[in-house]
Amino acid sequence: MSVLVDHFDVFAGGFWLTFQLCILAATGALLVGTLVAVMRISPVPPLRWIGTAYVTVFRNSPLTIVMFFAAFGLPALGSNADFLRIPGLTSIFSRLGIDLPYFRFAVIALALYTAAFVCEAIRSGINAVPPGQAEAARAIGLTFGQNLRYVVLPQAWKSAVVPLGSVIIAMIKNSALAGFFGVIGDLSNSAQNLTSALGEPIIPVFIGVSIGFLVMTVPLGILLDRIERRRAVAAR
Amino acid sequence: MTERTEAVEVAGGTTTGEPLIRLDGVNKWFGPLHVLQDVNLSVARGEVVVVIGPSGSGKSTLCRAINRLEPINSGTITFDDRPLPAEGKALARLRSEVGMVFQSFNLFAHKTILENVTLGPVKVRKEKPAAARDRAMKLLERVGIANQAEKYPAQLSGGQQQRAAIARALAMQPKAMLFDEPTSALDPEMVGEVLDVMTSLARDGMTMVVVTHEMGFARHAANRVIFMADGQLVEDAAPDEFFANPRSERAKDFLSKILTH
Repeated sequence: MSVLVDHFDVFAGGFWLTFQLCILAATGALLVGTLVAVMRISPVPPLRWIGTAYVTVFRNSPLTIVMFFAAFGLPALGSNADFLRIPGLTSIFSRLGIDLPYFRFAVIALALYTAAFVCEAIRSGINAVPPGQAEAARAIGLTFGQNLRYVVLPQAWKSAVVPLGSVIIAMIKNSALAGFFGVIGDLSNSAQNLTSALGEPIIPVFIGVSIGFLVMTVPLGILLDRIERRRAVAAR
Repeated sequence: MTERTEAVEVAGGTTTGEPLIRLDGVNKWFGPLHVLQDVNLSVARGEVVVVIGPSGSGKSTLCRAINRLEPINSGTITFDDRPLPAEGKALARLRSEVGMVFQSFNLFAHKTILENVTLGPVKVRKEKPAAARDRAMKLLERVGIANQAEKYPAQLSGGQQQRAAIARALAMQPKAMLFDEPTSALDPEMVGEVLDVMTSLARDGMTMVVVTHEMGFARHAANRVIFMADGQLVEDAAPDEFFANPRSERAKDFLSKILTH
């Protein structure tokens, strides 16, 4: 197990990069997922069709395939995802700004894939809001967008937060795939390096990687349990 | 609170001739169910029309059709000389001019009573928050729940919630108010406080369409009583006349069932 001590800096660096990937992908997934959820309930049929098509494609494709399309398809289309080199953001998440695009590709793939699940979690939250709420909002003259923004979504969030948390936990675990699609120095890529390039024993290395993921997922799970318990008491 | 019997003078109050709400040949189906059958109705400015009838007769649908919460299949509905627009900004604007009060109150559960009342004025009418707040407090005072302004709907009794819902509708300064069974979900001892508010509104000349089972309110506050059965408008008469001499068998039958106990 000495590898955990000897190469602590590698694990710490891998954890930090995976953590950044997760923060960025979760933010993107929540934004895109909310947008798609709004499209799926919009009164405009073409928007509904696009939303439904999106969820059908991304919820039903393996993440490996989505990662593959991002890492090989985007360059084939001539894109290095440079639109993600957002000034300001690149100073916090430095990997976002470098020339090698694979970190950006991983963010895109993980965000787009997770957004489909975020969409469905939010939609189930929207369905949990009593129809009378939206009806009363329409009756005082709120438009569809205002109705969502001021009345429906704030209430939908409450019942969607626990399923959303589960979606994000799954996303954190899924982020382990990034290291196999060109991202250098995240948790899973570090493990690969330590075992194949430096010949470190496999089991201790993967225990280290597991700890890295658990540090992110377990606190999130505990937080969700807390929220759920408080909700259960409040509902009584 | 004023006593309910004070409403007697209201009937026959100030009404002008031109209709504010007009329904012409309105039909509505729910699947095979023909819930509104060729309904014609006009409501003058300042008029208080009470719609009664057995459940399933289409009264609520009629009420909800007026602000297009329930779209109709054929016929026309005009409000203030304009036909109801299709879904969109114009319809939202029209709805802001028609207040609606629901059976189940439908106060926004995540907002305080005051926020419930100011949401429409601030977001729809773009009023300044401070001004909207002042007006909202006056309205809450008028319906007798100013001291509940900072509470959430779930903390209020049913009667208080319904009065808050009336204040929320009034905050839009509507040209007409629709009431869809406003007292049906209330405990009996809270019915009076809501009817008092409605009676005072009627007395102030508000145009009102009220779907209700409160025959006392119909008798005392209405200018006209509409009796509906099976999706049809069966009778349309002054309240005294309707309750004393109902013409149709359906109305006689209905009244005998509800007035015997």
